[in-house]
Order: sequence, then C-alpha cells, then structure tokens
Amino acid sequence: MSAVTPLDLLGASILGWMALGLGGLFAPRRAILALIFPAGAAAALLVAGAALWALGAPAETAVLPLGLPDLPFHLHLDTLSAFFLLLLGATTVGISVFSIGYFRDMDRATLSLLCLEYHFFLAAMALVFLADDAYLFMVAWETMALSSYFLVTTDHHVPEIRRAGFLYLLVAHVGAIAILMCFGVMQGGHGDYTFATMRDAHLTSFWASVTFLLALFGFGAKAGILPLHIWLPEAHPAAPSPVSAMMSGIMLKTAVYGILRVTFDLLGSQQWWWGTVALTLGLLTALFGVMFAAVQTDMKRLLAYSSIENIGIILVGIGLAVTFHAFHKDALAALALTATLYHALNHAFMKGLLFLGTGSVLHATGERNLAKLGGLIHRMPKLALLVLVGSLAIAGLPPLNGFVSEWLLLQAFLLSPGLPQSYLNMLIPVAAAALVLAAALAGYVMVKFYGIIFLGQPRDEKIAAAHDIGVWERIGLTWLALGCILLGLFPVFVILHIDPVAQLLVGHTLGSSAAQTGWLMLTPILPERASYSPLVLFLIIAVGIFFTLFAVKKFYHGRLRRGPAWDCGFPEQTARMQDSAEGFGQPIRQIFELFFGIVREVPSPFDKKPHYHGETRDRLWDLVYLPIARLTETLSALVGRLQHGRIHIYLLYSFVTLLALLAFIR
Amino acid sequence: MTNLFGQLINLFAALLLLIAFAMLSQRRVLSLINLFAFQGLVLSVSTAIVAWSSSQHHLYYSAALTLLLKVLVLPWILHRLIRRLNVKWDVETMFNIPTTMLVGIALVVFAFNLAAPISQMAGTITKGTLGIAMASVLLSFLMMITRSKAVPQVIGFLAMENGLFFAATSATYGMPMVVELGIALDVLVGMFILGIFFFQIRETFDSLDLKHMEKLKEE
Repeated sequence: MSAVTPLDLLGASILGWMALGLGGLFAPRRAILALIFPAGAAAALLVAGAALWALGAPAETAVLPLGLPDLPFHLHLDTLSAFFLLLLGATTVGISVFSIGYFRDMDRATLSLLCLEYHFFLAAMALVFLADDAYLFMVAWETMALSSYFLVTTDHHVPEIRRAGFLYLLVAHVGAIAILMCFGVMQGGHGDYTFATMRDAHLTSFWASVTFLLALFGFGAKAGILPLHIWLPEAHPAAPSPVSAMMSGIMLKTAVYGILRVTFDLLGSQQWWWGTVALTLGLLTALFGVMFAAVQTDMKRLLAYSSIENIGIILVGIGLAVTFHAFHKDALAALALTATLYHALNHAFMKGLLFLGTGSVLHATGERNLAKLGGLIHRMPKLALLVLVGSLAIAGLPPLNGFVSEWLLLQAFLLSPGLPQSYLNMLIPVAAAALVLAAALAGYVMVKFYGIIFLGQPRDEKIAAAHDIGVWERIGLTWLALGCILLGLFPVFVILHIDPVAQLLVGHTLGSSAAQTGWLMLTPILPERASYSPLVLFLIIAVGIFFTLFAVKKFYHGRLRRGPAWDCGFPEQTARMQDSAEGFGQPIRQIFELFFGIVREVPSPFDKKPHYHGETRDRLWDLVYLPIARLTETLSALVGRLQHGRIHIYLLYSFVTLLALLAFIR
Repeated sequence: MTNLFGQLINLFAALLLLIAFAMLSQRRVLSLINLFAFQGLVLSVSTAIVAWSSSQHHLYYSAALTLLLKVLVLPWILHRLIRRLNVKWDVETMFNIPTTMLVGIALVVFAFNLAAPISQMAGTITKGTLGIAMASVLLSFLMMITRSKAVPQVIGFLAMENGLFFAATSATYGMPMVVELGIALDVLVGMFILGIFFFQIRETFDSLDLKHMEKLKEE
C-alpha cells in the first residue's frame, strides 16, 4: 500500500488548477502566459497519469470536510471516473499548451479573467467526474456551466456572442433542473443524496424509467442531443477556439459520463426499451448533425454540428450497450460500451485538434467564413499537416483512431444475434445502415472542411498574408495529433485500459477476446468474424504512398512545370471560380431539402449589382423553441400585470398576504 | 394593586389604539408627527408600568429608550425634515376618511379575534392587550397603504414598529435587550436613509407624491 494514492494526486491537481486560476487574477500578463498556462498543462498531465494509474487500481472514496454542516462532499474514484479523467487530462495538456501561444495577443484584464475561468472550468469538470453525492455533483456541474458561460462570452461586447451565451446558459440550466429531479427521484425518499444510497435504493420499474428519461434529458441538454442541440452551433463559434476545443472535446463528455453513471452504476438494472430510445435519438442526432455540418459555411459552426453528430454516435453506442445488457448479452454490451468509450476518447482528441486548428486559422486570417478562406496549405503548411491528421481521423479513415471506434461499434451492430424482440431485430440493421450513412457523410464533411480551407487558391486577398503557427501552438496540436495516431495504431492497448470500466459497468470485458490474436490484431469477438490490424494497414498505406511518390518522381522526370491549366475556353481563371463551401454542400442540401429550412435570395439576371444570400435554418428552432419562447412571453406578460408601479398596490399585496397568513395560522 | 396596574395598562392600550385611529384619520403631516410622538409617549409610559408591576427591570431601559427615541429624537428629525422639505401643511389622502375608518374597525375586530386564543395561553399581566397591539400594527399598515405622500408613509412605518413593540411587551414582557437595542438602532438608521430618499425623490420628481414613481415600471 503506497502512501500516495491516485485520488491524492487528482485532488492536488484540482486544487492546483483552482490556485492557478486565482493566481491569474494577480499575475502580470507575461506570467499568465509563461507560468500559469504551462503549470495548468503540467497539472493536466498529472491528472492523466493519476487517472491511468487509477484505471488499474481499486476504487477509492474520500469524504471532504467541506460543504454545508452535516452535508460533506463525497469523492469516489472508480474506473469510470478514471477513464473520463484520463480523457480530460490528456486532452487538456494539448489545449493548455496551445493556449500559451494562442492568447499571446490578449490584453491583461481579459486574459486574467479568462485564466481564472479556464482553470476553474477544468477543476469543475474533474470534480464532476469525482463526485460521489448529488450535492457535490450539482455544485461542480453548475460551476462548470457558469465558468464555461463566461468563457463563451469572453468577447461579450459583441451582441451575437452575448445572445449565444444566454442561449447556452438557458439550455444548461433547463438540463440541470432535469438532472436535479433525476437525483431527487433516485434517492427514493431516503433524503440522503450520496450515490452509495442511490445504488442501494430499489426503484420500481416506472420510477427507474422516469429517472433514466430525466437523466437522458438533463445530460442530453449538455451533450447536444436532439432537440436540445440548439445551443451548440451558437456557443462553439462564439467561444475562443481553445475554449471551443475544451467544450466540445471534454465538456460534452461530462454528459456522456453522467448518462453512463446514472444508467449503469446508480440504477441497478436497465430496461431494453431505454436502449431503443437512446439508439433512436442517437441516430437522429448523428444524421441531423452531419447533414447540417455539410451545408455550413462557417468553419466553427461546421465543427459544432460535427460534434453533434459524434455525440449522436456515442449515444447510439450507449443505447446498444443498454439494450444488450438488459437482455443479459454482456459480451456484446461490453463491445458496444467499449466502442462508445473509445469513441468518446477519440472525439476529444480529434475535435480538440480541429477546433484548435480553426483557432489558428482564425488567428492568422481573421476569417471564419469558408467563402473567404482557401489555399492555406501554402501559407500554413505545418498547420495544414496537423489538421489533416485530425480531419482524416474524424472522417473515420484507417489507420487513425476514428476508424477503430466506429468499426467496433459497427461490429457490435453486425454481431448482434437474434434478440428476443422482433421489432428490435428489424430496427438494428436499419440503425447500422443509418450509422454508416452518418459516417460516410462525415467523410464528405471533412473533405469540404479541409479542402475549402487549405486547398485551392485563397478566396480573399487578406488570406495571402497569413502566417504559420508558432511553436506553442505546434506543440499543442502535435500532442493531440499524436494522440489521434497512437489511439488508432494501438487499439488493443487502449481496449485493455477500457476493460476495467466495462467490467465495472456491464460485468464483462473485451480484452480477452480483443487480444487473442496478439496485440497486433484487434479482434472484437472471434477471429473468423472480423479482425483489424491498424499497424499492418498503416504499413501497407505507407509503402503504397511511398511507391506512388517514387513512381511519380521517377516517371515524371522530376520536372515541375507551371503552366496554364485548363485553358480551353477559360482565358482567365480566378479564385472565385473555385468550388465554394456552399457549392460543395449543394448536393446534400438538394437531397435532404426536406429537413432544412432554406432561405435563399437569388438575384434577377438583370440586376446590375447581384447579391446572393443563402441561409440554412434549423427547423427545430421554429417548431420547438419559438412556441416555447412565445408561451413564456405570454405568461410573463400575465405576471407583469401585477406590476403597477404604485407603491400602495405593492403595500396592499403584502398587507393582504399578511392578513391571509394570519387567518391561516389561527 | 395588581388590579389597578392591569386597569392602567388597559387604559394605555386603549389610548394607543385611539391614537392609531387618530393617525389614520389625520390629514395634516404636522399633526401626524405630533400624534406619533404622543403614541411613543403612551408606549413608553405603559412599558414603565408593566416594568413596575412585574418587576422586570430591563423593561425600564426599554421604556427609557422608547422615550428618548420615539418621543424626542424621531419626531425632532421628522419636524426638521418637513421644515426642510417645506411640506408642513401638506394635506392628502387617497380614500375618504370614513371608509378608511370602517376598514380600520374591521381590522380591529379581526385582530381581536386572532389574538383571543393566544391571549389565553399567555401568563402575563398584559395578556388582554395583545389584540390591541396587533390591531395597531394592522392600522398602521393600513395607513401606509392609504397615503400617497412619502412622509406619512414613513410615519406609518414607524407607528407599525410601535405596535410591534407593544405586542412584544404585552405577550412576553418584551424582547431580549439586545434585540430591542438592535431594533431601535434599525429604526434610527432607517429614518436617516428614508430622509435621504425624500430629498432624492423630491429632486427627481419635484414632489414627494409617490404617484410620480408609477412611471418607473417596465412597459
């Protein structure tokens, strides 16, 4: 028994983050950049290390002498917490290092506030993963929501950003209420809000279902599950890029953690239809996200919609795991769960990398609009390479990490034998097909994302002046890109580390079968069915590329000619003739026109100064949110009638209340 | 002897209620302040009698404090205030006096009805007066509602505090000394703050009539 436990290290890191955040209020600008952010990254590395250690260590609990009298904070570190802390720590290292370079031009007042919020955000997320009672959980959850709200509204003098922040805060609070109610149902009338009590409370199937649906709603609001996704495409572009990276990469995963914690750990048993609900919602979310991503013209909005898609995929995995577990097919449940967790980890790295990449583009060009960007591969070659890794990974191409998790999830679909529900048996192949559609469209989206930004010619003059990224940005991005590559190349090791989590949640692991043909080959269930060796594939791809390059060089005589291309009929060709972001998304918009609310103003042919304007609206906004907003306004107007502005009327209100209470108590 | 004290206390309680009605019907600010001072005096004397009859010595301090604060200091401040604000001869009411009086009578009946069960449980010599104390609280509140100018409203507020003080004395021989000192200080500070508000209100609206504040509401 060692004197220091992982929980000690984690506690020290969390305290360290808080201290760093407070220190940022007093430190000069240079010190924030040169000391506090690097120290924050070091603490993140410590978190990742401790979490990795905790994955193999027995669960730990601690009671903190903090909180209200008679209501202390409980901490609990088990493998599920450890896995998500690993995700948090490992991703944060890259993002914090990147931030050193990214925020270098910020003025001191903004920077010190940002530093405070940033580190409290990290500490709050870590506490969410560690909390072992509803009280600490909600405190940490709200701290997380508030600190991220202030991070989103860093540029609060822009009205759109304030609006985005408000929307985010609103949805976050609606979700938090649902989570609170979920805990309230789960404690089962004991009045004791520790998770240990909730595990022991035996709920009837009705109340268990209520709990699950509340958790799905509450955590879904944070994750961006349809139809609660509305804040994501607003808040992510509004926030500074490292913050978007953290929110999309890590914060969305706190919601995944919450759903897993409630469904598998706190609720003792599951019902199969919960899985179906999650599966359906997840598929809708994934398809919706990827379709909207395909028609976006703002690069950060595009990534935000892509996050919605990935959350959908993760939810699909959760749904499968719940269904399998409810039918006691634990090996399959373990497969689905492993794929889910793997994808969550992958998404943190990929989306972190991509958001940081867009941050660098934004920093260098001041432009977020895809219609203006282009040709950056010549101006920012280092960035282009690193973003390429992220784009390929998120498009789900082997041998990178996105492929592994999506492939595992598809295996879980394909290997599912006859479940004792005929409807489910019909649904699951359809769902698998829909998932593949989403994955393929994700590839399309990434071609658009990368192609429009980095390839071709600049669509605007000022892009030509773009400078490549600095050394800190490069280190941060390289860390995340390496993560994407290593997670893709060595899946068996990753799965062996996810195993303790699967063991905890569904009582079965994947490791024994995954590693049965050695660490080189990944075999989900049986070698006859399917297996995958990323390293071998990687070697084949590398050799293939090498020979192609060699052959091109060899037979191309090594000469580089620059001449007029496609000159037949096009005497001049400008950057404006390239395929634009909107043009690239056109086929998708045509095919799925039904789902988009498209507003277009096409100029008449005789217009001297033609102006084209196209906008893709979210129909759910009009169908769901506007009626709610109108209802709220009507109700507030009714309440507003109480306000007369006459002090006598107000006094009369208190007088009548007093009389009523006096009459009531006697 | 006890009987005599009981009668005396009842007498003063009746006076208190009478003054409360007088304040409700008084239109002039200057007379209102004098009535308020008089009510303070009655309160002080009745507290002293309770102290004498029940040998609760701390009530003497209460009585002295009441005398100092509510008979001397606060009326003096209010007099200064209306002189400075030049509202000495202001005349106003929102409703006509007879209606207000009728509502006041209904309130007194309600208060007595309410106090009856509590009075039976109290073991103090003053138990019969709880209803009167509550009635004077409610009447003062009613006065706040029916006045449209700022100064009478504040007097109503102060008179309400008188009623509360009397209720405390009659039900439990007064509150602990610390609490009483705290309340006394609160009233004094509140008076100062409200005095400042008067000047601010007048500066903003050129009048102390609160109907001007109606435009502050959202529309």
